[in-house]
Amino acid sequence: MEKEKLKSIIECLLFFSDKSLGIDKLAEITEIENHEELKGAIEELKKEYELRNSGLQLLNIAQGYQFCTRPEFSSWVRKLYKSQTTFQLSLPALETLSIIAYKQPVTRAEIEKIRGVDSSYVLRTLLERKLIRISGRKRLPGRPIIYGTTQEFLRYFGLKELSEIPSLEEIKPPVSG
Amino acid sequence: MDYRVRLEVFEGPLDLLLHLVKKNELDIFNIPIAEITADYLNYMKLFRRLNLDFAGEFLVMASTLIHIKSRMLLPPAETVEEEELEDPRQELAARLMEYQKFKEAASILKEREAIQGNIYGRLPMIPEDEDYTIEATLFDLLDAFQRVAIRAEEEVREIIQEDISIEDRIGEILNLLENKRFISFETIFSGQRTKRLLIVTFLALLELIRLKRVFARQAEPFGAIRIYRARQELVAQA
Repeated sequence: MEKEKLKSIIECLLFFSDKSLGIDKLAEITEIENHEELKGAIEELKKEYELRNSGLQLLNIAQGYQFCTRPEFSSWVRKLYKSQTTFQLSLPALETLSIIAYKQPVTRAEIEKIRGVDSSYVLRTLLERKLIRISGRKRLPGRPIIYGTTQEFLRYFGLKELSEIPSLEEIKPPVSG
Repeated sequence: MDYRVRLEVFEGPLDLLLHLVKKNELDIFNIPIAEITADYLNYMKLFRRLNLDFAGEFLVMASTLIHIKSRMLLPPAETVEEEELEDPRQELAARLMEYQKFKEAASILKEREAIQGNIYGRLPMIPEDEDYTIEATLFDLLDAFQRVAIRAEEEVREIIQEDISIEDRIGEILNLLENKRFISFETIFSGQRTKRLLIVTFLALLELIRLKRVFARQAEPFGAIRIYRARQELVAQA
């Protein structure tokens, strides 16, 4: 298949999709096994959008690719879509999420040991928002549930992969004393 | 009347301790335990005086602090092995360090959230009305109500005295539905700032369902609930 056509097909698929499309999915649909060929086409497409100052950008996000609006035009989008209130996570939710992101798979007891407070409500909220999921049960007495982060977590924070967040060792605590 | 306010300023005892450490510019690995215990207990007294409802974990930490303090005052027993002679504050310091790291990680996530909040992707297709065919059971309604009630409890920051009867709420819900085929379950409860109002609203909704003036439907089991106006009324108005 010639490259221009492949680019157009990918453009269609990404335009239509409401979530990030992984390279595997794109390979399956386009029937192009060579991931490098696909990635090359995606990169070119991405550059084209950048070069013509488009309102859209092609992002490598949540282990795949997705068309998103550019942040500098957010106020216009919000005018169109008023009902989408800018929801923000509470501090306890962010704290719990960061523990899960770094320690997964992790049990509620382990989370609560670090936070020092009951976390059942926060966990339920995060589950409802699909930022975390139950990834199984631990081989411990009582077979406690273990939690992990989701694709939605990556998307929500604009991450390509989990490894994009700085490691715990890299995080310097604010200077105390 | 006894007002209880949920304590949100400090997320937990570790958060409070970290605050005290920072405020007094202390070294986490060399915390003057007597002072910080006194400080901590003072805060708890203040919470009580303000009638703030604090979690039991605050009490557990208070007893931990007092325990560490007492261990530091006592001379080590002669039978104690060398390795057990560690600083009694060590474990607490390690917990604080760990907690602080995750707090920092949380603030990194918060920054990313703010950036990402200005970037929009395509929205998932909104399910068609016709998808909402499952009649919600009483248990579904109770579950949904519980979620709303808990959320409201978290959001309530000021106390308002307001009274309204179930009949009045029924009228208000029907008003909400005017010119609409349906509204979401949550919409009915938005703006209901006290437990009493939430309960009155819920009872009003149940009554409306019993009278078949409205229907509660879901697109899938355990899914979001929509409240539909009974069809007769639609026809009557048309």
